[in-house]
Amino acid sequence: MRRQLLTAVVAMLAFSVLLGLAYPLVVTGIAQVAFPHAANGSQITQDGKLVGSELLGGDYSRPVLDAAGKPTEDSDGEPVTEPDPRYFQSRPSVTGNSGTATYFANRGPNQAATRDLTRQHLQAFLELNTPYDAGLMAKDVPVDAVTFSGSGVDPHISQANARIQAHRVAAVRKLPLEQVDQLVDDHTDGRFLGVFGEPGVNVATLNHALDQEAR
Amino acid sequence: MPQGFLQILLFFAIMVALVPVMGGYMARVFSGETVLLTRVVGPLERLIYKLLRVRPAEDDQGWKAYAGSLILFSAAGWLLLYLILRTQTIHPWNPGDFHSGTWDLSFSTASSFVTNTNWQYYGGETTLSYFSQMSGLAVQNFLSAAVGIAVAVALIRGIVARKTGGGLGSFWVDITRATLYVLLPIAFLGALVLVSQGVLQTLGAGNDLFAVGPVGSQEAIKLLGTNGGGFFNVNSAMPFENPTGFTDMFELGLILLIPMSLPYTFGKMVGNRRQGWAIFAAMAAMLIVSVTVVYLAEQHGTPAQHMAGVSTRAFDGSTGGNMEGSEQRFGIAGTSLFTAVTTATSTGAVNSALESLSGIGGLVPMANLSASETIFGGVGTGLYSMLMFALLAVFIGGLMVGRTPELLGKKIEAREIKLVVLATLVTPLAALVSTALAVGTKYGKPSVYAEGPQGFSESIYAYLSQANNNGSAFAGYTGYYQPEAGNLGAHGITFADLLGGITMLGARFLPILFVLAIAGSLAKKRVAPAGLGTMRTDTPTFVFLLIGVVVLIGALTFFPALLLGPVVQGLTTRLF
Repeated sequence: MRRQLLTAVVAMLAFSVLLGLAYPLVVTGIAQVAFPHAANGSQITQDGKLVGSELLGGDYSRPVLDAAGKPTEDSDGEPVTEPDPRYFQSRPSVTGNSGTATYFANRGPNQAATRDLTRQHLQAFLELNTPYDAGLMAKDVPVDAVTFSGSGVDPHISQANARIQAHRVAAVRKLPLEQVDQLVDDHTDGRFLGVFGEPGVNVATLNHALDQEAR
Repeated sequence: MPQGFLQILLFFAIMVALVPVMGGYMARVFSGETVLLTRVVGPLERLIYKLLRVRPAEDDQGWKAYAGSLILFSAAGWLLLYLILRTQTIHPWNPGDFHSGTWDLSFSTASSFVTNTNWQYYGGETTLSYFSQMSGLAVQNFLSAAVGIAVAVALIRGIVARKTGGGLGSFWVDITRATLYVLLPIAFLGALVLVSQGVLQTLGAGNDLFAVGPVGSQEAIKLLGTNGGGFFNVNSAMPFENPTGFTDMFELGLILLIPMSLPYTFGKMVGNRRQGWAIFAAMAAMLIVSVTVVYLAEQHGTPAQHMAGVSTRAFDGSTGGNMEGSEQRFGIAGTSLFTAVTTATSTGAVNSALESLSGIGGLVPMANLSASETIFGGVGTGLYSMLMFALLAVFIGGLMVGRTPELLGKKIEAREIKLVVLATLVTPLAALVSTALAVGTKYGKPSVYAEGPQGFSESIYAYLSQANNNGSAFAGYTGYYQPEAGNLGAHGITFADLLGGITMLGARFLPILFVLAIAGSLAKKRVAPAGLGTMRTDTPTFVFLLIGVVVLIGALTFFPALLLGPVVQGLTTRLF
């Protein structure tokens, strides 16, 4: 029994060194040499400054200004923001698109609270987009645009969602709709081998490309 | 929808093609044969045997010695992990300067990872140092998986033993070979594939926009070992853990690779491949039904969405369906497949918020859990759990035809059946008793998030998942308060942490002891030649009988409780 106990302790320590140090450190070493861009978060930089990740849907909002041009605050002292119409908007996020502290929204299927939130998302989407796409009706709004994503940082929106938002982005940026639609197509990630996964428009890279175009 | 089903079918076709390759390979590894990899890992293997003073050719443990080694090894692992979680302030690789975990939360987490459960009451990226993640948790991801495989292999040896007085093999050799020949090489390659697609792998500090860390190395073994504990709080929904449609399928492949191949390994080692495929067929049939049901339910959307005036139909450019808590790149099909696979295999990794599944969609994971790891199950665990049900089916079949029940020539007698009943009842009992304690007393209240039946679903899911060593969650349920990022000012909900921890430990190690006892008892029996009256266990009839026994026991045990949660929600359009 005593010998077995000793064996158990030695085994645990030996395996910890192999699996807990050697393995992850070797993988890290290879990854940093072979795939440095991917291993460090597929960073998007602008003028040498980190502005986001190709894999994370960002928060594309702007502060709401009062009559004097100052940012407004709510009763908790938090700045009030609204979606910036110049950008394609990510899917609703319970975390405010946080990549540093993620959690699920955990909205149940039969909860009145879920209905109310979803309704708010729908109204907000219609308010933001109907001025630029007059015929837009609730039934045309794809479900991904009004439901919380899982990660809170879903980088993709559906193609239908992007086609609606393209009207707004083109009008606000004074670009031809065809040019924006072309950019949307360029930033659409298709299915793997045409079969696996769902197509989605990458909001992070698309918005970055729009900004690059404007410069 | 046809596109979704094509995706699902193609995925399963690829996996079935891999089964003979992987299953055959594992049979050779655990028969002690020399394989191609021996050239690479042979020296390391011999070094470990030397350190442990194991003589692989001679050591042959009886079931009690085998079980003793297993328990001591797991206890040492538990203690080491607990100490690591409690001493974060002195760790290297802690760029977030996270404080140590509280005692109750660390109890839950250590128990969770040593039992292959990976139930998570903590948020990884906001509370754990890189050292805790890669040198604490990930080590147990490997070793708890190796322990599961070892138990399955020991049971197979008990079934095939041809001479009386033979042992079950050496526990130390089995975990060493499971680690060096199966888990480590595949995890290594898997990690590099994942990182090449965008999964993080760095020891540097995070920035204002996102957390980073050594994710890929942990991700690969989290799936391959059917562990499921994510580096990030939102698990495989996080793009940094699972960035594309390809990685989603690759991760699903890692999850299923070993549990799907082990029945083949079993067939090969007992010298009857049909027997292996029969077990496989019973498991596969149940998995296909659960994937289909969850997919159909999710594509329909939920009452809350319909009442909000949202159209959940699919049209050009939109998948439609219940996208709440799901990621666009996986869509409804990818989310449904992941949900069914992860809950059937005892993995518990998720690529969406399970709490946001529709009523019937959420019933499927619970039904999978109610099947006690028989639908492929955890690595090793799935095979030995299913073999317990096979013994039960043989017994029931034997009673029907009036013959002494046998499995592969070994007579199944009173002692074995008693042990089988004990082994199969521990898990449901642990799940139901713990749920009853949580919903029947005031102590379970602080953990619950949602109102009405959803709150009950959260509670029963929590203990069902922990009793099955699964680790997936209706994540509104919590055992932890964290006022801000880091552990400063954080405290655990002691009741939920302790009850869950004890549930996980009991439901993992008690069945293992019973299974090893059965293996020891079978090893002593002579093989009776098959006669005219022998009930064959490798026929379609037996497959149906086996599925029937699993479904009957699972349904009878859990159906009344499930009625109160997901079934109510699935049948009504009412909101709560």
